[in-house]
Amino acid sequence: MLTKRIIACLDVRGGRVVKGIQFVDIVDAGDPAELAHRHAAAGADEIVLLDITATHEGRGTLLDTVKRTAASLFVPFTVGGGIRSAEDAAAVFDAGADKVSINSSAIARPELIGEIGSSFGAQAVIVAIDARRGEHGVEDAEVYVSGGRKATGLRVVDWAREAEQRGAGEILLTSMDTDGMRNGFDCELTRRVSEAVQIPVIASGGAGSAAHFAEVFKAGKADAALAASIFHFGITDSRALKAEVAAAGVPMRLPC
Amino acid sequence: MIAVIDYKAGNLTSVVKALRHLGADDIVVTQKPEDVLRADKIVLPGVGHFQSTQLLADLGLTQATREAVAKGTPFLGICVGLQWLYVGSTEAPETAGLGHFSGQCERFPAVFEGAELKSPHVGWNSLENVREDSRLLAGVTPGSFVYYTHSWRAPVSPDTAAATLYGGAFTAAVERDNVMGVQFHPEKSAETGLRVLKNFLAL
Repeated sequence: MLTKRIIACLDVRGGRVVKGIQFVDIVDAGDPAELAHRHAAAGADEIVLLDITATHEGRGTLLDTVKRTAASLFVPFTVGGGIRSAEDAAAVFDAGADKVSINSSAIARPELIGEIGSSFGAQAVIVAIDARRGEHGVEDAEVYVSGGRKATGLRVVDWAREAEQRGAGEILLTSMDTDGMRNGFDCELTRRVSEAVQIPVIASGGAGSAAHFAEVFKAGKADAALAASIFHFGITDSRALKAEVAAAGVPMRLPC
Repeated sequence: MIAVIDYKAGNLTSVVKALRHLGADDIVVTQKPEDVLRADKIVLPGVGHFQSTQLLADLGLTQATREAVAKGTPFLGICVGLQWLYVGSTEAPETAGLGHFSGQCERFPAVFEGAELKSPHVGWNSLENVREDSRLLAGVTPGSFVYYTHSWRAPVSPDTAAATLYGGAFTAAVERDNVMGVQFHPEKSAETGLRVLKNFLAL
């Protein structure tokens, strides 16, 4: 049976893993390569490394960090941040990434989705969407770019559909409203996006307990869920988390 | 020497990295038929479109593979590399596969047993009906999880070494004598995947 994925996310700045609350207030959480391996060994189904400052500071992705992290990692490994062209993506793949996650650059130039997909396959392209609910709540949830700094005027569901049509392999949906709060994912928004597209949707933002994961898989219809802060400070490890989520009736990769 | 065939379909870094991790140090990433013919083992990775396998015929690699496997060289196809071992795929009907295994690769149905089926099939799914005589899957317990990402799949046949269930059963691994393939990504399937690659290297 196809299981739901638990993805450990490493937000990286300046070669260190950091974690913010609602995209600001950064605290240091360690070395990316070391944490990635620890997560994989602890049962994470996948690792995502996001260079969270790459876009607005105009830096390229930290290829050395990627290389070091990928060296002996044998679960899927995604890298995002500062990927603006098919060449940027190629360098990241060359360093050992399996997928790239593109966000602001896909909004700026949607053709980029297809360009990367045609060389490396659709499965290698994740379109990340940072979303915030609007005046009318989930109905007019809007896409934000540049690390959540700029509103685009695009509706989340519309952009998710377009990304799929342009050849995205997965959608990584982060709710800026719930991010870092540990009060649970935005299940309603996740469900709307998941029902609007055929491709897998990864829910992100707000993980605080196993119950939150179970909820976003069931009510939110997410195919995968991502968390960063929940793991880094020893709150839980993936194996313990997965056992709890499985006990709530969600198929998980266990033992792992 | 292990020949890893590069036909410009996706990135080979992960596969090569995993093989090296398991101790294979004589790896040649190649597009040359002569490398395929002199190799001790052949690996055909691949993600992406079935059409990209057309390059194999164009470069003479199809013929070289045919000759190599006929003289007993172990061959492992991964993902699209497995699909290429069949007659063809509806993804690119004009592109012929090797035809070593009968049957045609087809897309997952949009609806299965009345429910909508998401495609691509992405994530960790379990291996079922693992054939006990499989050399590739030696030591792999039924129910073990492996990582998939694909929209086309090969049918189950007597050569199937393990199946996975998603929109019905499809071939997760195929094996007849020295010719083998896996639809999943062993290089991304943690311990189970490394076991499969190790088994192949030990042939």
